[in-house]
Amino acid sequence: MNNLNIWEQFMQQAEMRWSEVIAATSVHIQLVFFSMLIAIVLGIGLGILITRVPKLTTIVLGGAGIMQTIPSLALLGFMIPIFGIGVNTAIAALFLYSLLPIIRNTYTGIKDVNKATVEAAKGMGMTSLQVLLKVELPLAIPMIMAGVRTAAVINVGTATLAAFIGAGGLGDFIFLGITRGIDGLILLGAIPAALLAIILEIFFTYLERWTTPEGLK
Amino acid sequence: MIKFEHVSKVYTDGFKAVDSVNFKIPEGEFLVLIGPSGSGKSTTMKMINRMIPHTNGTISIDGKDITKLNPSELRRNIGYVIQQIGLFPHYTIEKNIAIVPELKGWDKEKIQARVKELLIMVDLDPEIFGKRYPKELSGGQQQRVGVARALASDPRVLLMDEPFGALDPITRDQLQDQLISLQRKLKKTIVFVTHDMDEALKLGDRIAIMKDGNLIQIDTPEKILQEPASTFVEEFIGKDRIIQNPELMPVVSVMTTKVVTALLDLTPEKALLMMRQQKVTSLIIVDENDERFIGLISAYELIKKVNSIQLIEEIMRIPEHTLTDAATAKDAIMMMPNVKYGVIPVLNEAKKVVGIVTRGTLLTALSSQWTELEGINE
Repeated sequence: MNNLNIWEQFMQQAEMRWSEVIAATSVHIQLVFFSMLIAIVLGIGLGILITRVPKLTTIVLGGAGIMQTIPSLALLGFMIPIFGIGVNTAIAALFLYSLLPIIRNTYTGIKDVNKATVEAAKGMGMTSLQVLLKVELPLAIPMIMAGVRTAAVINVGTATLAAFIGAGGLGDFIFLGITRGIDGLILLGAIPAALLAIILEIFFTYLERWTTPEGLK
Repeated sequence: MIKFEHVSKVYTDGFKAVDSVNFKIPEGEFLVLIGPSGSGKSTTMKMINRMIPHTNGTISIDGKDITKLNPSELRRNIGYVIQQIGLFPHYTIEKNIAIVPELKGWDKEKIQARVKELLIMVDLDPEIFGKRYPKELSGGQQQRVGVARALASDPRVLLMDEPFGALDPITRDQLQDQLISLQRKLKKTIVFVTHDMDEALKLGDRIAIMKDGNLIQIDTPEKILQEPASTFVEEFIGKDRIIQNPELMPVVSVMTTKVVTALLDLTPEKALLMMRQQKVTSLIIVDENDERFIGLISAYELIKKVNSIQLIEEIMRIPEHTLTDAATAKDAIMMMPNVKYGVIPVLNEAKKVVGIVTRGTLLTALSSQWTELEGINE
């Protein structure tokens, strides 16, 4: 096997394991999808909350910031005692890891809405909820979407580490490639993961453009 | 009517932004709040729609204490225009104007018709501007939309916080004129905050001058200029303001009451003699029964024709240019170039002459303002 160069190795592995690749990609997408889903719902919610309750701002942003500083592999390890081994742990860890960019961008996006626009909205008799739904959130959307995009791209890369705690995904091939010393096998995990990241990046860029209100473009 | 009774705004750190202010704004009045920055003028205005809650006293609109009303409900019934305009960038102009009617749950057709009407009212073509976004409009156009938006649900009260402060002088002037003509039609109760005295004099039915949270004087522009309540007011309005605003000087302050009257049966010779003795250049002819003004004889014309006429009636002019005693110095200045021999009789309601304005009296009155000014500067 050592006579083959890396590309020949990769082609050989791909031919042998293409059905496994598809299965692993599907697991990978599920890890990203569910962790992102929770992160978006909770991240936007917390982001809105801290614009309304200033006392919580430091705690929430600080807490999410600390999560971000924990090495991703360590975070996955910390989760094992709580959720055991497998997909749930991976989703929990990936979720925590994706939270910060979403909370931060939601918070900044709302805070950056022109004060005059908000004052006018209140002055015309909008309730606090109407101001949020009709003014602040629509105007913060480009910023929030940028946060979601950042989180999603990081998430795809980090999800490869889920293999180390037995959650599967494209990380399996990388893990296997490293232990067996087969570089081609590493590529078999890395290339689909990279492609997935690129596709998500493009997807969210379009989504961002599409959700940006007309008057802001 | 809006009523302030001992209204104060005290912040938690003890700072008194507004200190026990009392005043009333009658229905349909245009009140300008003016004062240096930190005087509490904006705060006073914003307490009316509870954008800033007052801490003491009572503010009532048409007898209703505003703290008893739901703040959103209250604000929907009060137009609000701010200096930074604050149009929604993600709404078209039409949608921006429709915000309050939509909050109030008007039906679609009614809103559409109202939006169109308002755009026309503020001189913007609904076909051109209706579907545009705020960023596609100039500052002046945006504030026109701001005013239209505040008027959308036809509120009786309009609050305007330095609405033209950020515009260039020409646009500002145009919008002020437009606001004046709008107000003539709409007769809203307007509370307008500014730090620009010229704007205050131009727009206000009354002007309230504030300093350090206190209301120093609240009066008509004329009264403020002529009888400033304190040296602060005097300094604040500026010494030369009255000459720059001849429309605020009553005509009686630029006329002379030294009027020589005569009856129609006077002979030309006697008339000439009379003018020489009295050192005047015109004679006012009045009715012998009720002293009503009939006409005017000029010394220049009389001298030329004294030998060729029998009756002074032959050279008497019945001037079409007269002023009432309620007119202003500006009216006299504007009229003067069209007046032959430069004499404008000023008549009271009974058509009796109370005085005359001549080029001489105008010049004396206006220049005395200047010399007073110079004297103070020295």
